[in-house]
Amino acid sequence: MRLEPIANPSVLRRLGLPASALLATIAVASGLAAVAGADPLATLGLIVKGAAGSRFAALETLNRATPLIFTGLAVAVAFRARLWNIGAEAQLYAGAIMAVLLGTGALPGAVALPAMALAAMVAGALVLLGPVLLKTRFGVDEVVTTLLFNFIMLLFVSYLLEGPLKDPMGMGWPKSAALAKEARLPRIVDGLRLHWGFGLALIAALTVWVIERRTAFGYEMRAVGLNPRAARFAGVPVNAVLVKTALLSGGLAALAGFSEVAGLKGHLTLDLSPGFGYTGIVVAMLALLNPLAVVPAALFVAGVFVGADSMSRAAGVPTYIADMLLASSLLFMVLAILLVRFRVVRG
Amino acid sequence: MTALLDILLSATFWAAAVRIASPLIFATMGELICERAGVLNLGIEGIMVIGAFSGWITVWAGAGLWEGVAVAMLAGMLFGLLHAVLVVPFGLSQHVVGLGVTLLATSTSYFAYRLMLPQVTSPPKIEPFAVWEVPVLSDIPLIGPALFAQTPLTYAAFAVAALVALVLWRTPLGLAIRAAGENPSAVDAQGLSVTGLRIGAVVVGSGLMAVGGAFLTLSAFSSFFFEMVNGRGWICIALVVFGAWRPGKAVLGALLFAAFDALQVRLQQTPLGQVVPYQLFLMAPYVLSIAALVLMSRRASVPAALMQPFNRGER
Repeated sequence: MRLEPIANPSVLRRLGLPASALLATIAVASGLAAVAGADPLATLGLIVKGAAGSRFAALETLNRATPLIFTGLAVAVAFRARLWNIGAEAQLYAGAIMAVLLGTGALPGAVALPAMALAAMVAGALVLLGPVLLKTRFGVDEVVTTLLFNFIMLLFVSYLLEGPLKDPMGMGWPKSAALAKEARLPRIVDGLRLHWGFGLALIAALTVWVIERRTAFGYEMRAVGLNPRAARFAGVPVNAVLVKTALLSGGLAALAGFSEVAGLKGHLTLDLSPGFGYTGIVVAMLALLNPLAVVPAALFVAGVFVGADSMSRAAGVPTYIADMLLASSLLFMVLAILLVRFRVVRG
Repeated sequence: MTALLDILLSATFWAAAVRIASPLIFATMGELICERAGVLNLGIEGIMVIGAFSGWITVWAGAGLWEGVAVAMLAGMLFGLLHAVLVVPFGLSQHVVGLGVTLLATSTSYFAYRLMLPQVTSPPKIEPFAVWEVPVLSDIPLIGPALFAQTPLTYAAFAVAALVALVLWRTPLGLAIRAAGENPSAVDAQGLSVTGLRIGAVVVGSGLMAVGGAFLTLSAFSSFFFEMVNGRGWICIALVVFGAWRPGKAVLGALLFAAFDALQVRLQQTPLGQVVPYQLFLMAPYVLSIAALVLMSRRASVPAALMQPFNRGER
């Protein structure tokens, strides 16, 4: 078989194929529910209800989507320049550490939150700077180094939580001291469990979109991603663009850690992120790397997680169905997007 | 210092190093085959998980140990086929699909585990492979216990590495596989199918990765835990680079790496371990892998067509 480009894909092709990817994912979900001995339709219904069926459920989904918007954006900008940042998890924790360092100190109330956010972004950017410099200086593949940094960072956090950052009142649990009251992100609406981290995430998505589509740097970033050799030939400083992209990407991922600590948890533990950094890759791909589309993609992914959790309690289908569905949707979607532009011919 | 010497001169240390290297050798050979054919397989981490799980659950359900290895291999080949079909004929991003396959294989293992053992808090143990001492040779001091008093899967790991080297460099098939990773158009001009060669290489390579995973449950820990693969797959990708895409060098790299890993565990028990936090020791394998990548980057001999999809009739 061979792939043949399609000059002008029809509207049916543009919309129908991604829709079939979604349908295929739903089919997988039904199949898995049946394997687990549950009624497929009822299981799907429970997932939807658990994700958006009540005010509590919807707020839970928005809360869960917040770190995913940040990590999704981090991956989207990096992948756009074909910088394979698989280390958003490490950058997230770098941000969380800075939030705790500055948030438990004696910073005056008004500057505490901005200082924490800024420090988090700097830390996250620095964490990604290492692998990117190794790439630009020595040609070391950043996929493996960023992946390995995730493990190193998690061990570092574990050390901090048992050592310098350990909460003296923590009854021996490896957790940090709680943030000061002024260092907590306020709720958007009083009484509703949704913090300003979500608002910040929306602002971040818009900002990244503007940077990518309306600035010279964004243009260079996309040029590097499309064809680094042509970009270099056209006078784009490829390595400088990669470094700048890395700083942006690492900073965005770190905001996820800042927002989780300052908005939701109030302290740092080793299970702050159940893989938000890795899930950010699924979010970014489902959004086709478009910063604005990251928001609905993160809501979808968060909905699957929250919905599957609640369904699992009611129907007994293991909650890992959520990860299986996301992996399937990712694979179906990249295939569907390819088939929009190419047709398979024999020979 | 004497503590270090004591460790380095103990037979158990070298035996542990060879044991720790065994799963890495299987998986590194698997990745090496894939990359030699021109395909990066980031599914490795998840394929090791599904290998560890499926091999273990098969034995737990009453089958023999070798049947467990076979089932693990088949499961790995299945996920390898998924990766291969998506990235070879369709030419999709090998990074994205690989990570997707890792997520899918890992979550499938966890899903199946919860489905089959819904209530257990600690996973049941199986009777693992027993040590098989080679007569006479295992009595050699230091080398004997390290190399000739291991479980059958460790011997298999070294045999597989030798076989991979032999097939890749001494057979027409091996030449075709390597050519598919260096100059696919030339392979195509010879009338051979680049697509077929690459899919075959990824499927077989993935089978080996899964056996590496199965080593963990069937030969090392006797049980299946979440997170038990713990980045070993990513380390194997670093080992392929470190070994400059050569089986022999990759095996040496795996042994060196495993020796350091065995050393850090033992150093934790020395006076040094009293002052240095244990997390620092645990970081060593990952830091070492990054260091190895930097060290080898200058003289890397990457297969020329690695990660480049081949579409017939396209120039």
